[in-house]
Amino acid sequence: MSSTGIGAALKRKEDDRFLTGKGRYTDDINRPGQLHAHIVRSNVAHARIRGIDTSAALATPGVVAVLTGQDMAEEGFGSLPCGWLITNKDGSSMVEPPHAPIAADAVRYVGDAVAVVLAETREQAQAAAHLVAADYEELPPLGTLEQALAPGAPLVWSEAEGNVCFDWEIGDRAATDAAFEAADHVVSLDVRNQRLIPNAIEPRAALAEYDAASGDYTLYTTSQNPHLIRLLLGAFVMGIPEHQLRVVAPDVGGGFGSKIPHYPEEVIVTWASKRLGRPVKWTAERSESFLADTHGRDHITHIELALDTEGTFLGMRVNTKANLGAYLSTFSTAVPTYLYGTLFAGPYATPAVYGDVQAIFTNTAPLDALRGAGRPEASFMIERLVDTAARELGMDPVEIRRKNFIREFPYQTPVALQYDTGDYDATLDMALDLAEHSTFEERRAEAKARGKLRGFGVSTFLEACGIAPSAVVGSLGARAALYESGQIRVHPTGSVTVFTGSHSHGQGHETTFAQVASEYLGIDADQIDVVHGDSAKSSFGMGTYGSRSIAVGGSAIVLALNKVIEKGKKIAAHLLEASADDVVFEDGAFTVAGTDRSKSFGEVALAAYVPHDYPEDLEPGLDETAFYDPKNFTYPAGTHAVEVEIDPETGHVELVRVACADDVGRVINPMIVDGQLHGGLAHGIGQALLEHGQYDEYGQLLTGSYLDYAMPRADNLPFFTLGMHNTDCTHNPLGVKGVGEVGSIGVPPAVINAIVDALSEYGVRHIDMPATPERVWRAIRDAQA
Amino acid sequence: MPVISMTVNGTERSAEVEGRTLLVHYLRDALGLTGTHVGCDTSQCGACVVHVDGRSVKSCTMLAAEAEDAQVTTIEGVATNGELHPMQAAFKEHHGLQCGFCTPGVVLGAIDLANRNTDPSEQEVREWLEGNLCRCTGYHNIVKAVQAGANAMGG
Repeated sequence: MSSTGIGAALKRKEDDRFLTGKGRYTDDINRPGQLHAHIVRSNVAHARIRGIDTSAALATPGVVAVLTGQDMAEEGFGSLPCGWLITNKDGSSMVEPPHAPIAADAVRYVGDAVAVVLAETREQAQAAAHLVAADYEELPPLGTLEQALAPGAPLVWSEAEGNVCFDWEIGDRAATDAAFEAADHVVSLDVRNQRLIPNAIEPRAALAEYDAASGDYTLYTTSQNPHLIRLLLGAFVMGIPEHQLRVVAPDVGGGFGSKIPHYPEEVIVTWASKRLGRPVKWTAERSESFLADTHGRDHITHIELALDTEGTFLGMRVNTKANLGAYLSTFSTAVPTYLYGTLFAGPYATPAVYGDVQAIFTNTAPLDALRGAGRPEASFMIERLVDTAARELGMDPVEIRRKNFIREFPYQTPVALQYDTGDYDATLDMALDLAEHSTFEERRAEAKARGKLRGFGVSTFLEACGIAPSAVVGSLGARAALYESGQIRVHPTGSVTVFTGSHSHGQGHETTFAQVASEYLGIDADQIDVVHGDSAKSSFGMGTYGSRSIAVGGSAIVLALNKVIEKGKKIAAHLLEASADDVVFEDGAFTVAGTDRSKSFGEVALAAYVPHDYPEDLEPGLDETAFYDPKNFTYPAGTHAVEVEIDPETGHVELVRVACADDVGRVINPMIVDGQLHGGLAHGIGQALLEHGQYDEYGQLLTGSYLDYAMPRADNLPFFTLGMHNTDCTHNPLGVKGVGEVGSIGVPPAVINAIVDALSEYGVRHIDMPATPERVWRAIRDAQA
Repeated sequence: MPVISMTVNGTERSAEVEGRTLLVHYLRDALGLTGTHVGCDTSQCGACVVHVDGRSVKSCTMLAAEAEDAQVTTIEGVATNGELHPMQAAFKEHHGLQCGFCTPGVVLGAIDLANRNTDPSEQEVREWLEGNLCRCTGYHNIVKAVQAGANAMGG
């Protein structure tokens, strides 16, 4: 095996360019003669558009055109599609309202695009945009989920009665109801999983160029999945054949789910580039990112647990109202269903589980995937409920978890998934050790003597990653599945290019995917380049999200590597005058088994391309492609343990310790895995303590800048303590599970459990996220009142 | 439009730009130095940090005209003769970057800290970097990298 193979903490191949300013992000790209686009956005949440006066803007120096929704409507483009169909309880389909890239008749949230100004410079476009006068007939806005759910509420879409997009269920309702009827105890909890705004540090951008000679378009865009954008933009919206539309997602500065969807701006610049015959570039300002990137989460949930006298879980019941915002974004409907309801069992052997979800339209920015996407919502409510149950039954929160863990695999849950492997006791034990749980009470007493409140909380969570196996999601009604492609091109001198449909926007695939190829081919990772993010280079791809890159994309690469090795054996057999069945490939050489006759990988590669002495029945070349459709989800799991110290005078929460023991399957690069865990933890702690996207009742975004939306900063966070106890995934060739979302799924309930533990002496039963000093202080005050 | 001149990464540069042009746009658009990034419009995120006369500055928060005749260093000017600066090398060694977008600003901010203090504590690093947002790393490895890079700069 090469020293740059699987398991090596190899330094990243991509770092030199990022560290020296040579990264190439979308906004770094300029094309000759390009125009700058500035999007005019609605400043009201809900209105009919009576008319748009563009004359003053058009008269401004440098302005070339101002295009409206009416102009676009005349092109007859399709609607921005939603990728995931949800079937209602009664068998009917979800309500699927149209989403025009530029609103023509009505606006439905603050930030909805109503026109685009195209000018010679960015400043000219921006200045002229202020002169575009939209005449609105305002309609009653629904800024919050509560408003949209109120009886007799106005409608965001007339076709969606009660503002309900779908009413979906999972699990066996009758069996679950019976479990509750037979239960000794029923514990229930109402939780709010707040709206979050993703905030990748690179704002979205798009640059399109149309070549009138060939009829070809090129779109550079800040996407996690360029091939998917080509499919949706080309086939569903504009009607451009794939071979005439190249979509490039170059270096992308973080995604976190917000760069999955197909966005209006991608259509706008592509359309305008042909219409005006010049390249068109748009780059979001941060205030636009707040208004018009997809947001995440925003659930109101009632959850109940049925238990016997010993604390054994008998049944779980969930009802969730999930906010979808004003339009259905690409993955929006999958998040509170396939990625949420399927996780209701958690790591517990609860025999009966049932849940239903009503998805609700509001006059707010569309909601879609955000780091974890559905799974943080599930883990939060389950882990909060389990802690609450322990407290109410007088049990230790650790022991009630142990009592109910799944220990035999494979395990079929009552909510569609089959867990293949795991060891929840091991990660629980490890996390408690790392967190010095056994001496916690001493620290609590010491803090108490100083007038401070210490609390300890754990979360024993499980997630489903590597989205998404066709068979499983197809059985739930999805109309798409999510495989991945991989291609291995061996060059004549033995160097290798790996083409993948996955996309790296911080994850380090250029390093880890090279390590996989290094491991299989026995050559150094320096000899291997990974190409991603360009529809003209990789044959197809579903992109990167749902912790799928190594589990699905990596598996496709392994299948292609195996094809290369099999073909190499045939070439080597010919060169060595042996049977291919007798040739083995080890340590970078093809050897006739039991002999010292061998050919190096490089010699076989050269023979493949310089075929003067070559098998007659074999094609020249050494270039293989494979597609991989996962058989199942992967199931990373673990325990996160958090210790907090609260100042009861101010409500300030100090994170004393964050200790995590995770099972993420086989590790390709431990340095990168740790980095992914750190990032997810920061995102999860941000949700638990700081971040809150808020609209007022008029649908105005109150948290539209970094002055109003609390991002985790360096001085908000501690060092993290990490441990690993990995069990290999049983159904993919690498044994990998995925790691990018672990922190954001695992840690929020551990933080809140620790805070509630600290406040338990006041009788505080629950506190919603984010647990800001004000909320904690009020909880203490209310409990004392 | 005024012609604005300054020394950027050791080279005299000048360009004719609108008077309202921010330093970050002067660097990116007029000089083509796209290593300096724009992450927000409220001088909060720190992706645009450069050095002006040796001190770290958010280049979105000053006009190019204010840097007239100044010595400006951007991320493109940090490595010398193809060798990473010790702070850049520490970021690579400690995996202090993921997507790379905030990285130029963080590295330039960190070099300014190390120029003042080659042995900063964890808390000093965290407080110094409070004005640099990173969404990828959770700051854990950034803090480690800055401490190691500062130590290396101190020799």
